[in-house]
Amino acid sequence: MPQHDVALFVTCLTDQFYPHVGVAITKILERFGCRVHFPQAQTCCGQPFFNNGYHDQTRDLATRFLEIFEPYPYVVTPSGSCAAMVREQYEQLLGKDPAWGPAVHRVGAKTYEFVEFLDKVLKVDFTQFNLPAPEPVTYHYTCHLRGIGVKDEGVKMLRQIGNVEFRQMEKTDQCCGFGGTFAVKYPAISGAIVEDKADCIAATGATTLVCNDAGCSMNISGMCHRRGVDVKTKHIAELMAEAMKIDTAAW
Amino acid sequence: MFDTGAARASRAGIMVPMAPSLIEPNPRLAKIVLPVLPAEPAFDFHTESVAAAGNEQLKASINNAVLRQHTARQLRVLELPDADKLRALAGDIKQHALDHLDYYLEQLVTNVRRNRGHVHFAADADEAQRVILQIAQDAGCSRVIKSKSMVSEEINLAHVMEAAGLDVVETDLGEFIVQIDHDKPSHLVAPIVHKNKASIAKLFSEYFGTPYNDDPNALCNQARAYLRDKFRVSDLGITGGNFMVAETGIICSVENEGNQRQSVSTPRVMIAMVGIEKVVPRMADLAVMLKLLTRSATGAPITIYNNLYGGPRGPGEKDGPEEFHLVLVDNGRTEILASEEYRETLRCIRCGACLNACPIYRKIGGHAYGSVYPGPIGALITPLMQGLDKYKDLPQASSLCGACYEACPVKINIPKHLINLRRDINRTHRNGFFERIVYKTWAWGLKSPFIYSVVNAVQKFELRRRAKKTGWVSKLPAPGGGWTQIRDLPAPATKTFHQMWRKRPAQDE
Repeated sequence: MPQHDVALFVTCLTDQFYPHVGVAITKILERFGCRVHFPQAQTCCGQPFFNNGYHDQTRDLATRFLEIFEPYPYVVTPSGSCAAMVREQYEQLLGKDPAWGPAVHRVGAKTYEFVEFLDKVLKVDFTQFNLPAPEPVTYHYTCHLRGIGVKDEGVKMLRQIGNVEFRQMEKTDQCCGFGGTFAVKYPAISGAIVEDKADCIAATGATTLVCNDAGCSMNISGMCHRRGVDVKTKHIAELMAEAMKIDTAAW
Repeated sequence: MFDTGAARASRAGIMVPMAPSLIEPNPRLAKIVLPVLPAEPAFDFHTESVAAAGNEQLKASINNAVLRQHTARQLRVLELPDADKLRALAGDIKQHALDHLDYYLEQLVTNVRRNRGHVHFAADADEAQRVILQIAQDAGCSRVIKSKSMVSEEINLAHVMEAAGLDVVETDLGEFIVQIDHDKPSHLVAPIVHKNKASIAKLFSEYFGTPYNDDPNALCNQARAYLRDKFRVSDLGITGGNFMVAETGIICSVENEGNQRQSVSTPRVMIAMVGIEKVVPRMADLAVMLKLLTRSATGAPITIYNNLYGGPRGPGEKDGPEEFHLVLVDNGRTEILASEEYRETLRCIRCGACLNACPIYRKIGGHAYGSVYPGPIGALITPLMQGLDKYKDLPQASSLCGACYEACPVKINIPKHLINLRRDINRTHRNGFFERIVYKTWAWGLKSPFIYSVVNAVQKFELRRRAKKTGWVSKLPAPGGGWTQIRDLPAPATKTFHQMWRKRPAQDE
């Protein structure tokens, strides 16, 4: 009997670039007793528009999002920045709106980043699971987790998984330089920042980088590939799935 | 002729920051002749930032120094019991003072006068320059020792005084180096963070005509000996101020070199020039503010010199000026004060913690911002004080990572305000027409799952075609060219999650 009904908010970037992360999350949540729903009407939460100052356009996407996800008891997303958008920025945009304010509070209160959901709601731990072979792993602290008050939960869970040799990187709290359209508008600055990140990753000697935000993953893995830093970038759900012997390539 | 900030604010209908009756209009100011300075070169953030990001020496100097300060700050702030509550309290104190600035400024002015000090009000940079020149003229001063002050940088004071024929020396070591090198400060607290030891040694060797010596102690002693002579003969001292205490009329400023204390004690005349937003209500508030200011700035629990002053030398006192002037500078602050949305940005205590925490500042340094105030807080208050036209790029130059907000000792939500400035830029059509069309069309498309899926399919086809067999796209046309200029782009998956979900086998209930 499923414990919780959970709507997966897969996010537009994960949808297109890392769909297997969605599969991993679905199967992990099911393994922990959740019933996973995927509202097919979902597209994008509106973060790129909000961050670039297109607040009227964001309003349309935000209200749409609220209508789509309102019916579910929980909303879980693989990306911290999208969770922060729904929880923090929707509040800023529509929190005081008489028509939408209550929905913003309700949906905001039940929206969780994936790791946060495992930690705070399901309260699971991964000590019983092991990777098939020892693996040096480092972790990128994605910036938007700051916004929702999540910090070391990801590392805590990583360390629970057997055969994970965790390696802290330098400048953990420094952004990877993605910043959405910032990466395209200011390639020189963004490039210098992500170069720094790639160097910090290389210095750990880890072969796997765990990064729980699709935008950061695209940025960091793109720089590592360009610079020849040999590291696989994965969402923590992929690593968990490996440890739990869950196949993410297909249902 | 001289429009006061008070008058402008009252026109804005929001708040009068100072009772106009307190500050008499000064008709003599109009007669002060300001020297003509060479025009500032045109500023383009894109050009400056690209050059800076490619300058390896600059990046290394800045990165090392600010990381050191950043780490020290984290350690020192965290050692405070309830650091977060203390930051909230500091923010509340400043916010309260700002929300009632009219009241507290009036109290401050009354108390400074009670302490036998003169108070002046400057609505803008031009007026501030005139006020200072007038004070110097009236008192017959010509040898000026100046300590570090951001507001003096803001109004370009040292250059104006030099051009007016006064002998001005910057007495803070960093600012002194900036002055003799005809450079500009690049950090709120550490003005020469962009320089290294060798460049300073070379500069001193040329300026003093002495052999090259890059031992930091020797360089310090050389500057010290030179400045001692300047202190001895000075007749006008100029300082800034970190806080002005309304209930006592006392100015508080902190420093590590003792040069400011010279300005306060040696010359016959002294001027404290301070932005109007620096008021705190009570002396007790300093206990909160100082605890956070120095820790946030350099990680030091306290600075070596903590100066509290206000008013001329009292009877029987051995040192201190004969004449004391407080110049309150508006220069755009009232406009910010009049905006309820942006008012909290005036809480800033200029500690520089947000610069040290900022991934962008770490890569481009301070000069690229083209403003006296660089880094995250500069990207915010520069356009607010100077207008969006010249500085519309600054709010865009942020990855919105939030490190600045996390570091801020008075809890200014910098990323939120940067986004609001972007909103203002968009609403006033200061961004490109083409850009607006792209965003609006894109957002419109996202309202329809069907259009979303079609766009994704087209994008996937094109990106996978470009990625060929490697799985990575290494070259994209505009607007994606910025991405592939410096990094590759992973190719999209063969099927979206939406498509995968539709193939999911039916689940047992």
